[in-house]
Formats: sequence, structure tokens, C-alpha cells
Amino acid sequence: MATQTQSQFKQQLKKYYSVYTGGFVGFVILLAIAEQMGLTPKYIGYAFLFATISLYAVIGIMSRTADVAEYYVAGRRVPAFFNGMATGADWMSAASFIGMAGGLYIQGYDGLAFILGWTGGYVLVALFLAPYLRKFGQFTIPDFLGERYGGNIVRSVGVFAAILCSFTYVVAQIYGVGLITSRFTGIEFGVGVFVGLGGILVCSFLGGMRAVTWTQVAQYVILIIAYLLPVVWLSMQITNFPIPQLSYGYALQKVTEREKAITVDPKEIEVRTIFKDKAAAADAKLKDPAAAYAADKAAVDKRLADVKQDKKATPEVVAAAEKSVASFPKDVDEAKKQWAKDKGLAARAVPPRPHAEAFVGKDDAARNTARLNFLALVFCLMVGTAALPHILMRYYTTPSVKEARDSVGWSLFFIFLLYFTAPALAVLVKFDVYTHLVGSSFADLPRWIASWAAVDPTLVSVKDINGDGIVQLAEIVLGQDIIVLATPEIAGLPYVVSGLVAAGGLAAALSTADGLLLTIANALSHDVYYKMLDPHASTQRRLTVAKVLLLVVAAIAATVAAQKPADILFLVSAAFSLAAAGFFPALTLGIFWKRANKWGAILGMVAGVGITFYYMTLSQPWLRELFYGIARSAPVKPEDLWFGISPISAGIFGIPLGFAVIIIVSLLTAAPDKKVQELIEHVRYPHLKGTAARAK
Amino acid sequence: MQLTERHREYWRKNVRLTAILLAIWFVVTYVVGFYARELNAISVFGWPLGFYMGAQGSLIIYVVIIFYYANYMNKLDIEYGVAEEDK
Repeated sequence: MATQTQSQFKQQLKKYYSVYTGGFVGFVILLAIAEQMGLTPKYIGYAFLFATISLYAVIGIMSRTADVAEYYVAGRRVPAFFNGMATGADWMSAASFIGMAGGLYIQGYDGLAFILGWTGGYVLVALFLAPYLRKFGQFTIPDFLGERYGGNIVRSVGVFAAILCSFTYVVAQIYGVGLITSRFTGIEFGVGVFVGLGGILVCSFLGGMRAVTWTQVAQYVILIIAYLLPVVWLSMQITNFPIPQLSYGYALQKVTEREKAITVDPKEIEVRTIFKDKAAAADAKLKDPAAAYAADKAAVDKRLADVKQDKKATPEVVAAAEKSVASFPKDVDEAKKQWAKDKGLAARAVPPRPHAEAFVGKDDAARNTARLNFLALVFCLMVGTAALPHILMRYYTTPSVKEARDSVGWSLFFIFLLYFTAPALAVLVKFDVYTHLVGSSFADLPRWIASWAAVDPTLVSVKDINGDGIVQLAEIVLGQDIIVLATPEIAGLPYVVSGLVAAGGLAAALSTADGLLLTIANALSHDVYYKMLDPHASTQRRLTVAKVLLLVVAAIAATVAAQKPADILFLVSAAFSLAAAGFFPALTLGIFWKRANKWGAILGMVAGVGITFYYMTLSQPWLRELFYGIARSAPVKPEDLWFGISPISAGIFGIPLGFAVIIIVSLLTAAPDKKVQELIEHVRYPHLKGTAARAK
Repeated sequence: MQLTERHREYWRKNVRLTAILLAIWFVVTYVVGFYARELNAISVFGWPLGFYMGAQGSLIIYVVIIFYYANYMNKLDIEYGVAEEDK
């Protein structure tokens, strides 16, 4: 391999991955034939699970290495195109794959904040970071901070921030793996987590970044096929055109018409009124729970006594009355829980949200707050994207600065393929639900509803609330994940495509988890162990430490994920704000402003992360309970918020503060020395002839 | 090594291009986002424009920005003699 030129290497990669893609398509076709011959869904699920994980294992084992540069940065010879694919897989998580389209289905325009934020961030990566980090050419992000600002304090702050945001994120990925495996194979969630853990470790353990890179490319191929195939099919059925991204404007128009009709439909209003009344009744009872409990209890008891007296009452009526006595809440507290839940039904008493309408609100003030939060979230997600270490690290692996620049383009292109499909998918599914499901009879509900409700009742529920035997929109509850999961069945595709979608979701979760685990383990093994504790460690020892740490971190993350921690989604979004406020100012000023110095960077990072975290503790119910003991159920009042910004966008305060503190403190303290100035010049020019700073 | 005037010019050009592209990025993200309600009144091939930009239009512009930057800079490297030697 060593004698091979870069272009031969590229040719070879193209050949391998073309053969691989063909092989994978062949495998799916074989399974489809087997399904026609009677292979059951359960075994199709198993086949996908084990075939893909063993495939990743084979790539992982083939890429094993004992070389430090291979282990940390894949030998710095990953071509731009392939690094783009690997970054795409690294970037797109279980949430992007499974949850994103569902989020857009539910939130309409406002959900686009994630689409914009998670793509536009790459512009910042391309303009401010990737080429310069590649020229710097070390192993980790704390490496750059340590070298640029000097000293172990900056490096330690960098390590801490890298671990903080990567760890919460990796827990969410492993959680996603557990969920997907348990949904598609029926094995228990806890077991699924550890199967997934195995899948993650086979990719990264023996070969580090090198193995992760080549499995991520393979995972990208699977995930993009799995995402696009059902949407293309659905688009053919609805719009008679195979490119959904071009044709869903038509479906969106139809959806908007249906929204208007559904808003004024008398049967829909009837269902919404039932919810409204139920919620209002529960609300009234919650005002005086003890009295309401006594009254309700007396009523069910009396009813039972009455039907027992009544000679004409059928046994069913008696049984029903007995059941309502037996299932009556044991005490006031339990009844309060039930009423609180009923009160929540008010959310279902509203007409459908217009899909394309931006910043929905009851008045101008509410709309302005919605708009402010939308823009703030986009900003935090973008800057966070440009600050997450597992993404930035990928640009260390290209052969040159030139390829690093191209590679950001390819990364975004490959991400874009999925992200501009998700809004189309959301609209197409909405079209199907609004035109076919709504108004159909309960007697012939499509099969996917019953089968997914059996897997997980939070995914989908359709109940005849007003008893007219016809499905109203207000009677349908769809969980966020169901949109992607059920698309193959909605499009009338065989089960094998559902299995393919599961394999795609699994690939998305595994690839992201791999990148994150490697980031954490490398920060510990390279920055803490090698750079700070034992700079004379031998190569072999460094790699052993790296691999042991990888195992330890993976085991801890899986253990946390197996507990099914609450608020995991909030933690993931929080990671973006924290990374944005912690890393982005120090990294960009480090490259673009020679005057930025050590104390500016340290205080700027601490201040940015500090204010971001502080604001979250003020405004997020779960953190508020943890820090100030305010009950989680207590509502967050508008006066608790600064400018009405929600906690997920806390970085909007931390990012500018981080910049300000670095600038002010740097100006107040001494300028960095000559060596640092030379390092900055070194990273700014792809090649400076005869530079001293290059020697390393 | 001491930077020459040509080196400084290269860097100035880079910073200028970065600023221009960042301005485009800002407009298609935040200005378009800010006026999304107003833009939604305009319909393009069935899409309300504000929605279309958020779901597709701005994304395409991001991809173009990055490839344009990469091409421009890769050429600028050669022009100013700071390109890497081929490996």
C-alpha cells in the first residue's frame, strides 16, 4: 500500500465501493425474493441486523492498524469525495434519519430550523476552520487549542468541553441503536443496546479513525439508499414523478387545501370539542381535587349499586360498572395524575397547524417570539455544527488543504441529499394521511397502524372518539418516529424495504456513535495521557491506552443509555449550544486574529460555556429542579426567560460573550510570542516555502 | 520566514472572499428567515417562497458557496505560489 500513489488509491476505493454498493443492492433483492417465498418479517429484520453488522466488522478488522497516524487520522490520505461521505454518515445521527421528517411533519415550517442549522453550519466549517485545521495537521481539536494558545490549561478546557458535548450525544446514539434493534427484531431494549455496542466497537476498536472512516463510507451508502428508496416510491404514487424534491410543491398545495377543509369540518369540530370539554372538566377538578375525588368516587359507586338493582341491566353493563369501580384511582394523588393527563388533551382540541406557515402564534407578539426563537435556534445549530469536535476532526484526515476544502463541499452535498428529502417526505406523508386516512372507515384502517401500535403505542394511535366510525384528523396521534418507519408500508412496499430502513437507521446511529466515541477516547488518550501525563510514551503504549479508553468510554455510555435517561433529546440539543459557545470563538479567533492570547481563550471559553449553561439552569425545567429544587412540573414563566429565548438556544448568549471576553482579555494582557505568530502564518498558507514553524 | 507583500495580498483576498460569502450566507439564512411570513405570499411552482427557501433554496446556496470557495482558493493558491506540492 505504501508504494501506491494517491490517485491509484482513489481508483481502488472507487472500485471497492462500487462493488460493495452493487453487492448490497443484490443482497436486498435476494431478501425481497426470499420474502415472496415466505420469509417472515422477523427473520428479515435479523438478516439485515446481522448482515450489516458483520459487514462493518469485516471492514473494521481489515482496517486494523498499529500506526499512530493511521489510528488517529486514517493516515491522512482519505480523498475529499470519500471523506465527504464519511462526514455525512458521521454527521447524520439516528435523530436525523428517523426523527427529522417526523419533526417536520409535526412542526411544519418551524421544524426547518434543524434543516437550515444542520446544513448552513458547514459554510462556517468551510470558511473558517477546515482548511486551517488541516494545515495545522495534528490529531485532535484540543491539540490545536493547546498549540495555538500554549499551555495545558487551554488544552484541558478543550478536553473538558469536547467530552461534555460528545458524551451526551453518544449516549443518545446508543439509545437510538437499542430502540431500532428492539423495534425490528423484537429483542429487548437492554439487549439491543449491547448488540449495538458490539456493532460500534467492531468498527473502531482495532483500527481507530482508519476503520471508522471506511465503515462510515459503507454506512453512508446504506443509509442514503434506505432513506431515498421509499420516498421516491411514495412520490411516484402521489405525484407520478420519481424526484420527490421537485414535485412535492403540488402535494403541499393539496395539504394546505385539506387543512382549511379540516379546520371547518363539523365532525372534526365535534371531536375537538370533546377533547376541549374533557380538558376543561379535568382542569376544574384539579382546582379542588379532594372534593372532586369524593364526588367522582360516589358517582361510580352509585352507578354500580344502581345497575345491580336494575333487573333489566345486561351482564355487560354490570361488568362495565364493576370495572370502573375497580379501576378508579386509589387516592387523590393518582386521580390528580389522571386529570393532569386529561388536561393535556387541550393540545388536541386545536385545528391542524398550517404546514407552510412560518412562526405560528395567536398575536403579533407571540409570532415575533416564535421568529426570534427560530432564528436563534438556527444560529446555535449552525455555530454548534462548526464546533463539534467529531466533525472537525474529520478534516485532519484529507491528504491536503486543497482536498480539505473540497471535502467540506462533498460533506455538505451528501448531507444535503438527505436533508432536502426530509421536508418532501413530511409533506408526502401528510398528503397521504390527510387525503386517504382521514375520512376512511375504522373498519378498514391500513395495516401499518395496528402493527406499529403493537410495537410501541406512543408511535401511533387512532381511536374513534366521537363514535361515528369515520377517522377524523383529531382522532389520529402520530409520534415523531413513525413517519420514516411507516413510509415503506404507506407506499405499499414489501416488508424488506422496512428492514432496509431499519438498517439505514442503524447505520446512521452506529456511524455517529463511532465518530463520537473516538473523539472522546482520543481526547483522553492523546491530549490527557500523551500530551499531559506521559509525553515519552512509546507508540505501542499510546495505542494500547487509546484502545482501553475506547472500551471504557463505550461501556459507560452504553450503561447510561440502558437506563433510558429522561430528557435525552434536550441534552443533545444542549450539546450544540455548549460546543458553539465553548469552541467556536477560540478556534476562529485563533486563526483570524493574531493578537488572541492564552488568557483570553481560557476565560472566553469558560465564560461562553458558563453563561450558556447558567441560562439553561434558569430556563429548563429538568435542570432547574436539579440546581434550584424548583419542581419540574412548575411552568417556566416568561419573566424567567431572557428575551423569551428557549433553553435549547442558550448559545445565543454564550457565543457573543465568548468572542467579547477573548477580545477584551487578550487586549488587556500581553500579545502572544513570536512562535505563536509563526504558527498562525503557517496555518494560513497551504504552503510557505522554507517555514521554520513547519518542522514537527 | 518573513512574509512578502504578495503573501499579505493573498491573505487579504482570502479574507475579502470569506467576508463576501459570509454575507451571502447571512442573507439567505437570517434575512430570508426573518421575512419568511412575507415571502410565503409569493408562490413558486406550488411552494410558498419562504417555506421553499428554508426547505431547499438556502441549502442549495450553501452547497454552491462552499464549492465556489474551494475552487477560488485552490486557484488562488497556485496564482500566489502557496499551493502544496503534489504528492
